[in-house]
Amino acid sequence: MSEENGLIYRISGPVVTAVGISPRMYEVVRVGDEGLMGEVIELHGDQSVIQVYEETSGVRPGEPVIRTGQTLSVKLGPGLLTQIYDGIQRPLADLEATMGVFITRGVDADGLDLSKKWEFNASVSVGDEVSGGSIIGIVQETETVEHRIMVPPGKSGKVANIQSGEFDVTTTVCTLEDGTEVTMMQEWPVRTPRPFIKKNAPDVPLITGQRILDFLFPLAKGGTAGIPGPFGAGKTVTQQQLARWSDAQIVVYIGCGERGNEMTEVLTEFPNLMDPNTGKPLMNRTTMIANTSNMPVAAREASVYTGITIAEYFRDMGYDVALMADSTSRWAEAMREISSRLEEMPGEEGYPAYLSSRLAEFYERAGRVQTLGGGDGSVSVIGAVSPPGGDISEPVSQGTLRIVKVFWGLDAGLARQRHFPAINWLSSYSLYPQALDQWYRDNIASDFPEVRTKISSLLQVEAELQEIVQLVGSDALPMDQQLTLEVARMIREYFLQQNAFHDVDTFSKLDLQYEMAKAILTFQEESEKAMAGGAGLEDVVNVPARTDLMRGRFEEGYAERIGDLLGEMSKQIAGTMGDN
Amino acid sequence: MSGKEYRTITDVKGPLVFLEKTEPVAYGEIVQLRLSDGSMKNGQVLDTSDDQVIVQVFEGTASVDRQTGVKFLGDVFKLPVSKGLIGRILDGAGKPRDGGPEIVAEEMADIIGAAINPYSRESPEQFIQTGISAIDACTSLVRGQKLPIFSASGLPHNDIALQIARQAKLVDSDDDFVVVFCAMGITAEEYNFFVHDLERTGALENAALFVNLADDPAVERLITPRLALTAAEYLAFEHDYHVLVIYTDMTNYCESLRQIGAAREEVPGRRGYPGYMYTDLAMLYERAGMVKGKKGSITQFPILTMPGDDITHPIPDLSGYITEGQIVISRELHQKGIYPPINVLPSLSRLMNAGIGEGKTREDHKSVSDQLYAAYAGGRELRGLVAIVGEDALNERDLQLLKFSDIFEDQFLRQSRDEDRSIIEGTLDLAWDLLTNIDTKYLVRLDQKWIDKYHPTESKS
Ligand SMILES: Nc1ncnc2c1ncn2[C@@H]1O[C@H](COP(=O)(O)OP(=O)(O)O)[C@@H](O)[C@H]1O
Ligand SMILES: [Mg+2]
Repeated sequence: MSEENGLIYRISGPVVTAVGISPRMYEVVRVGDEGLMGEVIELHGDQSVIQVYEETSGVRPGEPVIRTGQTLSVKLGPGLLTQIYDGIQRPLADLEATMGVFITRGVDADGLDLSKKWEFNASVSVGDEVSGGSIIGIVQETETVEHRIMVPPGKSGKVANIQSGEFDVTTTVCTLEDGTEVTMMQEWPVRTPRPFIKKNAPDVPLITGQRILDFLFPLAKGGTAGIPGPFGAGKTVTQQQLARWSDAQIVVYIGCGERGNEMTEVLTEFPNLMDPNTGKPLMNRTTMIANTSNMPVAAREASVYTGITIAEYFRDMGYDVALMADSTSRWAEAMREISSRLEEMPGEEGYPAYLSSRLAEFYERAGRVQTLGGGDGSVSVIGAVSPPGGDISEPVSQGTLRIVKVFWGLDAGLARQRHFPAINWLSSYSLYPQALDQWYRDNIASDFPEVRTKISSLLQVEAELQEIVQLVGSDALPMDQQLTLEVARMIREYFLQQNAFHDVDTFSKLDLQYEMAKAILTFQEESEKAMAGGAGLEDVVNVPARTDLMRGRFEEGYAERIGDLLGEMSKQIAGTMGDN
Repeated sequence: MSGKEYRTITDVKGPLVFLEKTEPVAYGEIVQLRLSDGSMKNGQVLDTSDDQVIVQVFEGTASVDRQTGVKFLGDVFKLPVSKGLIGRILDGAGKPRDGGPEIVAEEMADIIGAAINPYSRESPEQFIQTGISAIDACTSLVRGQKLPIFSASGLPHNDIALQIARQAKLVDSDDDFVVVFCAMGITAEEYNFFVHDLERTGALENAALFVNLADDPAVERLITPRLALTAAEYLAFEHDYHVLVIYTDMTNYCESLRQIGAAREEVPGRRGYPGYMYTDLAMLYERAGMVKGKKGSITQFPILTMPGDDITHPIPDLSGYITEGQIVISRELHQKGIYPPINVLPSLSRLMNAGIGEGKTREDHKSVSDQLYAAYAGGRELRGLVAIVGEDALNERDLQLLKFSDIFEDQFLRQSRDEDRSIIEGTLDLAWDLLTNIDTKYLVRLDQKWIDKYHPTESKS
């Protein structure tokens, strides 16, 4: 028996044990007569333990196992955008073409179309000194995104030859003096972070158009956020809203162990939705990974790494990338399932003891960096977490919260009241505002941080007052506190609530968010004045112009009209003094 | 190798049999056991290696001994499928139970089922009118959705499932549904209830039944839903049928799963259920939907009873994470004498937005539904407060909401078991009528344009 070929000894679901080979850890192997793709995850005496990325039923002991010498890698180059892949970067469209609508097995598909020709425009010349990460040319990959072709990490030298023209991704476009040939495609092992010069502090917000996120709990470009919540609380809708509206240049969306139809929804919708920043279809900047709940768990485990490697690659070109993983809990469960098949000593709730370090390593791959090429790029990571029963004391939620800097806590109670996004404004937090405040002052309004503080303290006060109301009813409170409750209600119903499915309300520009927050504070001030002048609470609350101001946000052109609506409201409130 | 019979059983543990020294046996392979008295049992390979094979025995391991003969049949579990399944009653292992002939196979289909390529799915978006206002208005169902009923023992979930099966239709087409019914460990009485109702309405001729009752083998329950879904896929994607799959009770299914896990001495997940239960359930629930280039569809109605009425129990919890919403049955409403006792607040249809609105139901549907929710949720919350401080402490708005919540339960939720309400007149117009009990200035979820158009007393038309 040759060194490269072994035999299957045991099959237990997605875990196969082979004898007769001595592969490297994380090496890709071909398993069984059908050549199913697998990855070595443990070496144990003369046994190699393999997780198999395809269904293993029907496979028998004694069938062959063949080494490939490769570690699990992705192909990086033009053609990534607008694609939808499974967890191991097989294009789902190619799988459909070979297998039909059901995913069978034993079929390979390249992550990039190797025969497609791209127009390459060289941006360096013969004699230029280049090194890993240097951009040597440009391909207009989609209408809105130029793909910057880079020298792979670890290579450097003087350009001996380079030419523009139409090439496929495996053709050499540039040769260095030492003979190194550079193509438009790189391969990178998914479990190894791509290198960069250094991490920079995130000080620019990732603007999402979601009021509660941008205004109260912002995420920085290059930052990390976790969204835990029970089912139906809004994890997926929030993630999709970020994929739609956030001002990242590239979006990587990982559907990890979740529903098939949710991926279909993104697929059918994104080509027709326009990116507010470019006016072109959102699909142009998007790569999707879909390893749904019923697809093989080992590929689910890999999907997260496939996604983040693609994100890092675009970061290295100098882009701001946003990555969503829905749901990291399903990834953790895949680890747990594989681990239990390996009969490893379980940690808390059956998860492997290395759960929290894997989570930390994953989120560590986020960040704003100085790229090898000297540019500025970022990967922001937003992970959904699905705690059993919605109870975040469990290991995946806790492991996540220890690492991420933003916590968007979804609340079943709010979801039940159809208060969406159902993000709890009392328990959520962001550790970024301090780092971002200068940006807000410079770019939105000099008092932006102060307005935010006023809004969030009103919500705090409301929570305290609500406790009293629960006991004695709101009529028992003094007038000024009853007004505070009305102002807080306005914050909740007019500002925090935002309907993802409403054509207009789905996205709010940051300066409009600021205007809306100011409008609430104006309502408070004008009402205080009017009530001091004798007006009743009901009078000020019920001025018709306030309803118009609030309902107006559902109409196109609100940003232009809000000033007038606010003026009218103030006038009517002032008018209530005369009534009494 | 499939001919050989082994007598190498070493261990028997719960529903599992361990044997050694066999020829190479395939993972998932079907197994036949011949007991000393000549009787036969069936099983499936769960783990296989050169030294040991673990077999899960569907009928349980009673009377299995070291002399039991074990034969590997060389293939994974397959169901003979054909159009002839319609109108038939099969047992939990796919054998005729109605005294009729064996199914003549047009094809042998692997019951594990391959995953639908997400790229090949078609978004479900055709509204199904169930004639039940609570569902049609607030948790609208679409063709190709998986929408479970979360119930508990003693509640009328079966009546609701049957009412849906009877009344479900598309508003603008008369394509009928074929029902695939799958019983897992329910009592003979419950089963008879289903069969009689299907018979009474003539639906039985248009249905395929897979039946594992409470006194049938527990482990067999693990394959019964797979048979039912395999049949459903065949009818939907090979013969263009719109299939409605009702399966009950998922709780019994999960108990069987737990039993296998325990016998294998696996590290259990929450409350003793296997850590892979999410994935296992997903492999059933995800077999719903519509796919490109095929006319048929699979809509699923799994029924599960929540142990201890607890929605955070792993069975409803993991289900809710996979299905496209849930219809929650409430004991409180049931005790108030309201049928159907659907609590719309924790209920949800995730695909609702795609299926309602202009050209599908009516343009104001979403708004009306949001407003009903908000008002009812507000009113219910106030009930608690009123119990403490009395109605006097409430302001005008709160009083109206409080009153509305009673009206909503009594007139909107409540309907009879054979009342089939149309979405426009029966449900949406009724909702507007009931909303007149609240001043429009408190109806903040309604767009002004819908108030102008549809409000019974304030509309401008
Ligand atoms: N921002 C939002 N606007 C409107 N509806 C929302 C919003 N977020 C969530 N929802 C509603 O809640 C449902 C469940 O949300 P989803 O994101 O799928 O939950 P999860 O992923 O946490 O299970 C959605 O189908 C939708 O009806
Ligand atoms: Mg989700």
